[in-house]
Amino acid sequence: MSLKIDNLHATLENGTEILKGVSLEIPAGEIHAIMGPNGSGKSTLSKVIAGHESYIPTAGTVTLDGADISEMSIDERSRAGIFLAFQYPNEVPGVSNANFIRAALQSRLPKGEEIDAVAYYKSLYEKMDLLEMDRKFTARAVNEGFSGGEKKRNEILQMMMLDPKYCVMDETDSGLDIDALKIVAKGVNAMRSPDRGMLLITHYQRLLDYIKPDHVHVMSEGRIVKSGGPELALELEEKGYDFLKEPALA
Amino acid sequence: MTSTLPAWFQARQQAAQKRYEETPTPKRGDEQWRFANIKQLKFDNLSGEAVEADASDLIARSTGLESPVAKFVFINDQVVLTESSLPETVICLSLADALEKHPELVEAHFMKQETRLGSAKYAALHEASVKNGLFIHVPDGVVIEGTIEAHHWISGETTVFPHTLIVTGKSAEVRVIDIFHSAEDTTPGLAIAFNDLCAGQNSSLDYIAIQELNEVSRIISINETSTARDARAKGFILNTGAAWARNESLSRLEGENSRSDMLSVSIPDHVQEYDQRTFQHHVSPSANSDLLYKNTLYGHSKTVFSGLIFVGETAHHTDAYQTCRNLFMSNDCEANSMPGLEINADQVACSHGSTSAQIADEEIFYLQARGIHPTQARQLIARGYSVEAVARLENEEVEDLLMKFIDSKFARIK
Repeated sequence: MSLKIDNLHATLENGTEILKGVSLEIPAGEIHAIMGPNGSGKSTLSKVIAGHESYIPTAGTVTLDGADISEMSIDERSRAGIFLAFQYPNEVPGVSNANFIRAALQSRLPKGEEIDAVAYYKSLYEKMDLLEMDRKFTARAVNEGFSGGEKKRNEILQMMMLDPKYCVMDETDSGLDIDALKIVAKGVNAMRSPDRGMLLITHYQRLLDYIKPDHVHVMSEGRIVKSGGPELALELEEKGYDFLKEPALA
Repeated sequence: MTSTLPAWFQARQQAAQKRYEETPTPKRGDEQWRFANIKQLKFDNLSGEAVEADASDLIARSTGLESPVAKFVFINDQVVLTESSLPETVICLSLADALEKHPELVEAHFMKQETRLGSAKYAALHEASVKNGLFIHVPDGVVIEGTIEAHHWISGETTVFPHTLIVTGKSAEVRVIDIFHSAEDTTPGLAIAFNDLCAGQNSSLDYIAIQELNEVSRIISINETSTARDARAKGFILNTGAAWARNESLSRLEGENSRSDMLSVSIPDHVQEYDQRTFQHHVSPSANSDLLYKNTLYGHSKTVFSGLIFVGETAHHTDAYQTCRNLFMSNDCEANSMPGLEINADQVACSHGSTSAQIADEEIFYLQARGIHPTQARQLIARGYSVEAVARLENEEVEDLLMKFIDSKFARIK
């Protein structure tokens, strides 16, 4: 059981190649982190996994528990068990958080089957309590007028509610102060499970103090250039990304 | 009309008939009919073949609020249902009854403003032809809890002239909903409707018009609102039906510190056309008007919005806002917006503007990434788009009812 990315290449619509052969396997039960400088293709990788249509996969495959998902649409991938926590979550004016999450859950049910409202709210409130989110967030429009930290917490709330097999978190730590970071980490850690794989994309080592990864990968110029254990993140923090360029480490 | 009508009313109807005949039909090139589809004004095939409708069936189909404080059902301007649990001091009658029982009150408020947004001819036709409607008079200090609801059915290839006249006394409060329906799905009807809203001093008057006629019918709906000192009026129009709807809404802020909210949600599909003209007329100082019209266009539909904020010479310290927003859900729809502003006083805060946009791919991506099918994602976003105007009513029960009509429209869109 794994989310497996094999020799993935992707270009922008104008032909610029962003991913130049990424290979990575995230087995269920493990947390992997990808670090790397700006422009290295980290966010693009997360979007290509989710099926974003602005990127054109030109070679390679993404397989989910052995099944190739390359031909699946964005929503099919989500229902198949992939969750992308956005770096910049969108606002959805006029759609309440509660209705939005409910619509997402409803999309997973067979036609004609309805969500049990009582059980739904019970589950929602439990998770909101864990994430220290005020109940008033259920009635507020999705991300509208939310602070950066509130938006990120809301991403984790959605992730907890949808209970995906594989979580891809794109710079979930950006824009968070230390207290908000701890709360977000608490949510993510609560989701750790032998049945679930996670991919954390981050710029800074700080997040990894709170969410301990099993493996760390470094991405540069559209490729994974180095992989290692949690100590690799500390080394990067200490030496900066420039050390990747030293021939001895290449 | 019967001979029991008051003399003043008969005289007005005769004068109005003459005015109707003398007023030229709008033509291409008239500023107030710019971008309008003038062909829609050919009414000659609607000469009045009213169908004898099954009243009990239409009463059963007249669903709205769970328990309105009063409920009226009209079929082709005939009252078929009257229910009321209003306090006795409130006059809430069919217009025909009100003309008989309270002629002086009707006379004091009936069609007092000049129709100036283009449909003077049709206002005259309405005045000459009106047979019925709703008359509501809420005396000083009376606050009506709950909402008065009226259903207006058109049955057969005929023309109806529903009239709603609402008068609030000092510090009174009332909320009224008119719902316009077609009895048949494919029979073209015509409504020339008029609503007169007279908000007395420090009173609160909310008026909601829901138009869900069949897609071969047409409606001209003329609203005239006046607000006395410290009064608050809200007018809301929901358009989901009709082949063609023309709404003319005029708010005259007559008293200091009064407020008028002019709100609309329109969701045209296929070849539906909605043509809306508005006028925020600031007469007194320190008054506030705020207009928000939101259109979501599907198919080959078309909207026209033309709005003017007019701040008179004595209307200092006016706050006046006007926003029309269009959301394009297809590549074949068309929205025309003509916002306008004329300021003749000092120290005013005014803004006006219109925007047109499509749903961005990134917005769809976000919802899709949660598992929501793209078609449903677009509808969720479009539904949410309407909520901003609906929420301005600040009444949960009425907001829920409007969302029910909005959802029913979305459910019909392929």
